[in-house]
Amino acid sequence: MAMKKIVSTPDVAVADIFDGATIMMGGFGHAVDRPQNLIRALAKNRAKNLTIISNSAGVAGKLGIGSLGGKPFIDEEVLIENGQVKKVICSVPASLVMSKPNAFERLYKQGKIELEYVPQGTLAERIRAGGAGLGGFYTPTGVGTLIEKGKEKRTIDGKEMIFEFSLKADYAFIRAYKADTMGNLIYKGIMRSFNAIMPKAVKVAIVEVEEIVETGELDPEIIITPGIFVDRIVKIPREGNS
Amino acid sequence: MKERLSREVIALRAAKEFFDGAVVNLGGGIPTLAGNFVPEGRTVILHTENGALGFGPVPSSESEAQPHWMGANGLPFLPLPGMCLFDHADSFAMIRGGHVDITVLGALQVSEKGDLANWTFPERGVGNIGGAMDLAFCCKQVIIAMEHNTPAGGLKILKECTYPITAPRCVSVIVTDIAVIRVTKAGLLLEEVAPGWTAGEVQALTEPKLIVDRGVREMEL
Repeated sequence: MAMKKIVSTPDVAVADIFDGATIMMGGFGHAVDRPQNLIRALAKNRAKNLTIISNSAGVAGKLGIGSLGGKPFIDEEVLIENGQVKKVICSVPASLVMSKPNAFERLYKQGKIELEYVPQGTLAERIRAGGAGLGGFYTPTGVGTLIEKGKEKRTIDGKEMIFEFSLKADYAFIRAYKADTMGNLIYKGIMRSFNAIMPKAVKVAIVEVEEIVETGELDPEIIITPGIFVDRIVKIPREGNS
Repeated sequence: MKERLSREVIALRAAKEFFDGAVVNLGGGIPTLAGNFVPEGRTVILHTENGALGFGPVPSSESEAQPHWMGANGLPFLPLPGMCLFDHADSFAMIRGGHVDITVLGALQVSEKGDLANWTFPERGVGNIGGAMDLAFCCKQVIIAMEHNTPAGGLKILKECTYPITAPRCVSVIVTDIAVIRVTKAGLLLEEVAPGWTAGEVQALTEPKLIVDRGVREMEL
């Protein structure tokens, strides 16, 4: 059973992604934490009308912010440039350098892409809640700002809070450090970010890793993502984006 | 034109607010620089929302930088003994749960009541909330480190914010290139002015009436 999770290439891993799918994309925004190879494969696959749930709408990769030496890397911007994306649910939609607008900003100003702003902590918790089978939660973050618009309010323990619904998706694109053949994952440094929470909240979690090891080689004490949350594992190709 | 403090000196003054043992999250820009000026004899535990706590400074040489050790500001950091790593849900449990003592953030506008606006302005049409809302709402102290005025000389400390706010009534203290202003129930208290500046000159560049009758000191740097 376990071996069935291993997929030969990123292209094969994303081949069944359909028009209108909702996809979570892991990482915070650094080259090492983004599922660059899966995103690149999806840009070739050409599925469209996608909804992306991610920390950002692709704001740093082209600028090389968040990679050593300022080397550019792949993020959601390639999908947005391709016209594959209908909507983004994120906390950071706009370019990190105001004078260099990203593809999202250009399309958003033309009314060609939708946006749901979510504060970063609320985004993480909505995904966590979705993965944990919860409907939502109350948070103080956003009360009295544009974020509270249309949301149920309640005072809890003397503090005003707003209700936020949980988030789920069809797929997640995840970047991890190592997987075993059961799909158990470990990370390195700051890679966990959204990568370690998104696999739980989706129907199909697809993970790209630097190395796949035999079952039993990962110390159970250090496994961060249990394999039951992982559906497909693909090793980053030698010519892939690290 | 009077001389204003540099970005580094704003950061240095902001860092004097750190107490020993504080858990501190630094925003991008001037706030990031505050990490280099933790006062002697005090230790702070740095938090970055992308999942590290207790890390060290930005490496001085490129060869020491590691791609897996980078902060939310996009800069590499050096690991320290006792550093730990975690995912985004835990990272914001630390923030929302009140475990992060201090955040230092930049601002576009701050109001008399301590409302903060730092994520967008109408002309841009779009903006980045990132982790700033959670930090501004939930950290025990919000320190603003910023230039006192806009590049064009416009006012940033206002009676009411005109830009969409990040969080209402959240700011504890504003450290600028000409003053240190504490937000109190009675209003904005002008505590310190930059060397060579008078209270009257700071007031002229600030919209709300500053409280000056409790004694204004010159900034010690």
